Amino acid sequence: MHELSIMQSALSLALDQARQARAVRVHTIRLRIGALSGVAPDALEFAFEALTPGTMAEGAELAIERVPARFWCAACTREFQSDDLFAECPDCHSPSGELRAGREMEVASLEID
Amino acid sequence: MCENCGCGLPGETPAGVSAHHHEPGHEHGHEHDHGQEHSHEHEHEHGPGHHHGHDHPHPHAHPHTHAHSHAEADHDHPHDAGGEARRTVEVRRAILDKNDRLAERNRGFCRARGLLVLNFLSSPGSGKTTFIRESVRKLGPDLKTGVIVGDLATDNDARRLRETGAPVVQITTGTVCHLDAEMVGRALKQLDLTNLNLLLIENVGNLVCPASYDLGEDMRIVLLSVTEGEDKPLKYPPIFQSADVVLISKIDLAQACGHDRDTALANIRRVAPKARVFETSAKTGQGLDAWREFLLQQQRERKALDPLSL
Repeated sequence: MHELSIMQSALSLALDQARQARAVRVHTIRLRIGALSGVAPDALEFAFEALTPGTMAEGAELAIERVPARFWCAACTREFQSDDLFAECPDCHSPSGELRAGREMEVASLEID
Repeated sequence: MCENCGCGLPGETPAGVSAHHHEPGHEHGHEHDHGQEHSHEHEHEHGPGHHHGHDHPHPHAHPHTHAHSHAEADHDHPHDAGGEARRTVEVRRAILDKNDRLAERNRGFCRARGLLVLNFLSSPGSGKTTFIRESVRKLGPDLKTGVIVGDLATDNDARRLRETGAPVVQITTGTVCHLDAEMVGRALKQLDLTNLNLLLIENVGNLVCPASYDLGEDMRIVLLSVTEGEDKPLKYPPIFQSADVVLISKIDLAQACGHDRDTALANIRRVAPKARVFETSAKTGQGLDAWREFLLQQQRERKALDPLSL
């Protein structure tokens, strides 16, 4: 349900942009989705299939770029990536609350003609 | 040649949007040179006098391209095949852009009125309503509190919260699993904000979706009841990661539930190392004094930052 409303917002943003660019068809919609966004790509795909028929984006490809979670360790003054979503510095093992990337949910670009 | 419509003008292709603006009176002299037959779909709007010779007598300042769909064969003017190339439009906008903008509006609206705004999130049944009700009672005359409460259906929570005498607005979301900034904006209009300086928003009970929606709050308060198990923060990291405060609720039940306090605290630290943690029981009142002190401190800091209150 959550992904459906997120996809609805994404699609309406994408179609607005496509119309502004005078598109007749949308071939690809590219999204960037952060690992900590709380949104599952599979569920987005499902919602996309359900929402696009009858729109300019019918039959279009949904390309999802996953953005890994990246944190900042103030003690080691370094950025580190965390795949298991927990922010522990690999060097000093102290937890970090400084999230630098990973919450993204954005429409990156469109392929249209 | 312009990449967008092949019109022969240099055209602008700004980094953000692949669209350009034509000067009034600009004419499209399309040179078409392939022999294919095809249908011709124009997305732009024509004036009544328009014909297919591609001279546009109307001035247009809108983003404009001459893309054609060549699906069917019934068409008699030749085309430059290059004009139909696929284009990339860079968008780079947050999917919840609209929500984020409305949330900023709510934030500004509340700040201008000296309201400290808290967004309470948790799974259903972790004790949000009871905690908020007892908070309002405890905060009494020091903080004048209003409440906005969201549920899919019923106004049961609003009725429970009105027992405190605080103004309460219930949002029923129907089937929507979270509150969004627009719903909160509407609720703010229904709430009598005169003399209030604290607004508590009880989100829909859900540990996933509400994390994505900024409501315009100053702080996010995530509840974890001792009955839920110590590993909840590890199972639902995004929402705990976004917490400014984690409230461990129902600690009067800790022993009965075999609650492992150290593990719970360690798990919260692991996911939300910067969050303030309070251990509370709305039933016995344990931990509510520290909570009250914290809110008073936050409200004082808020006032100190507000140039209008000096």
